[in-house]
Amino acid sequence: MADTAAIDVAPIAAALPTRRDDKALHRMIFVGIALLLIAAPLVLYPVYLMKVLCFALFALAFNLLLGYGGLLSFGHAAYFGMASYLCAYTAKHLGFTPELAILSGTATAAVLGLIFGSLAIRRQGIYFSMITLALAQMAFFFSLQAKFTGGEDGIQAVPRGNLFGVFSLADDRAMYAVVCVVFMAGMLLIYRIIHSPFGQVLKAIRDNEPRAISLGYRANQYKLAVFVLSATLAGLAGSTKAIVFQLASLTDVHWSMSGEVVLMTLVGGMGTVFGPIVGALVIVTMETYLAQFGAWVTIIQGCVFVLCVLLFREGIIGLVAKLIRKPL
Amino acid sequence: MFGRLIGSVSLAALAGALMMGGASAQTNVKIGILGDRSGAYSDISGEGSVVAAKLAVEDFKPAEHGLKVEIVSADHQNKPDVGAGIARQWYDRDGVDMITDGVTSSVALAISQVTKEKNKVFIDTGAGTADLTGPQCTPNTIHWVYDTVALANGTGGAMVKRGGTTWFFLTADYVFGQTLQRDTSSVITKNGGKVIGSVKTPFPTSDFSSFLLQAQGSGAKVIGLANAGTDTINSIKQAGEFGITEGGQALAGLLVFSSDVHSLGTKVAQGLVLTEPFYWDLNDQTRAFSDRFAKQMKGNSKPTANHAGVYSDVLHYLKAVAETKSTADGAATVAKMKAMPTDDPLFGKGTIRADGRKIHDMYLFEVKKPSESKGEWDLYNKLDTIPGDQVFRPLNEGNCPLVKG
Repeated sequence: MADTAAIDVAPIAAALPTRRDDKALHRMIFVGIALLLIAAPLVLYPVYLMKVLCFALFALAFNLLLGYGGLLSFGHAAYFGMASYLCAYTAKHLGFTPELAILSGTATAAVLGLIFGSLAIRRQGIYFSMITLALAQMAFFFSLQAKFTGGEDGIQAVPRGNLFGVFSLADDRAMYAVVCVVFMAGMLLIYRIIHSPFGQVLKAIRDNEPRAISLGYRANQYKLAVFVLSATLAGLAGSTKAIVFQLASLTDVHWSMSGEVVLMTLVGGMGTVFGPIVGALVIVTMETYLAQFGAWVTIIQGCVFVLCVLLFREGIIGLVAKLIRKPL
Repeated sequence: MFGRLIGSVSLAALAGALMMGGASAQTNVKIGILGDRSGAYSDISGEGSVVAAKLAVEDFKPAEHGLKVEIVSADHQNKPDVGAGIARQWYDRDGVDMITDGVTSSVALAISQVTKEKNKVFIDTGAGTADLTGPQCTPNTIHWVYDTVALANGTGGAMVKRGGTTWFFLTADYVFGQTLQRDTSSVITKNGGKVIGSVKTPFPTSDFSSFLLQAQGSGAKVIGLANAGTDTINSIKQAGEFGITEGGQALAGLLVFSSDVHSLGTKVAQGLVLTEPFYWDLNDQTRAFSDRFAKQMKGNSKPTANHAGVYSDVLHYLKAVAETKSTADGAATVAKMKAMPTDDPLFGKGTIRADGRKIHDMYLFEVKKPSESKGEWDLYNKLDTIPGDQVFRPLNEGNCPLVKG
């Protein structure tokens, strides 16, 4: 029962079934997010917002696996980073339009997720995490050595290009609109997955795998499916980031990126629909707006994490959900 | 009533014109120091770069030239996306005209691209990649202090001339290490030396013992360290434990800074040979600058070559802006900087080439023995001066598009 650890930290969302008025609440939140996304660039810097959205999508994808599949992967940087490399490469050297480049990056992550996932899901708990970490380190090593990734210089000066060969993305506002659409689509897809029958079975497997198996579900197939979905969506986030920042580098495949996404998910609220978005917002904001404090950034990040774990283990949104007694 | 309205409008127009006049008489310049303030390179970059830039502004006396200079700084955490993001925001929102420092090659290349897109100025001091003035050169970027080719030329060439004719390489097993080894090897053979062997070390690694034993056993006169950062520190430490330099072999570091040597101490690093464009104890002027610098630093640390580079490039940039009276067109400012010869107390006289490469002399140093060292920062003996026209890559070999055109 190595995976029972997941039950202890299972958030409140798991305990309560989604009722109709909860769905109405979620719908309102989605509309609220969409309105915020439209209004935000009037106040905030669009490049910063795009970074938040890319990481929020990454954290959402990660949360799908951890919060709903109960699988703690320590190697999600591999899908995020390899997708961004492939996207950057196809856009720069093969002349792909941005949407095709993003798709090719996403597809790479899906294939990688399938290979890594089919190996990793054979073990549970800490062994699962270690296998994903080991495989991700191999992906890092590959990125460091392979010719096409440009080693530690990365792939630079990636053209943003023209969407569908028509709309130029050179302007930050046009790029922002595309990122918003990608983010909303990714978020709604994840929401749909969580609340589908497939998602219900996943939660059952997360909470008690032997019982789910005894009921006739093939647990491993479900786990593999959610692993591939999570990797694919992480790849979508990575590819979009490569187009936004016009570069792909080792930072995105490094294990610290895998750690960062765990941090975002935990700070925001694991196993909540909206938590990872808040977590990404908090972490990216600290990274961006505290940059002038130099060495203090990492210390402040550490303190925030410790406080978060000590004071509200459910994360920011998890805490809110507990207070209003509704799953978020 | 109507007359009063016209009167107040013209008064407002007059006031506006006066304010405009005031603004054009004084050019505002904002300089961004974008370096590593928390990670592996914070000793060669970090707060020291800000101090160096402030000293440069102080010495330039901007008010006399009709300039008002402001300095901002940030930490790029050695992540290209963070660096590019800050650069974008600085240019778009905060009105920064010029970015300098930019340690770490991947970050420097990213900042360089953003700078070109926004037509501002980027002067890199900390990063080593020679691509900045090679295939990825832009009309908005100047590479100030050193690059990997110059280090290979300096250490490789000068060592062979001094009798270090046979070499064995410890090479970090990734593109950077392999490039460094390749560049240095070609310089060695060109100067009549010979590379008798090499070993690839995993990147990163903490145990160099078997590789060092192999190097020791090879009988080569010089052991070249084609690595960087913590790998270099670890390999030098362990070479000290094996007594390699005491055994008569020379240890040549291809990417080592005075702050690294300082933290290693002369006991461990003694006998190490390296190339740098600046050392605080070179002459009276560098000593005077270093004293002023140390007074403003925690722990009274002396400036590294990177800090000296920031001082020198900020000074030259301000001279150019004082001539053009405008910071609006970054490429024009860089063109002006290339047209003017450089002259400052730290690097002496120099020039900036069409590809953005700043040319100055480099020096071959040897780390002192503990018995020779008179103080914590008394680190180097100067072995040789390598003239700027010999140490940097020739203009036509870099494949910089600006040179062909």
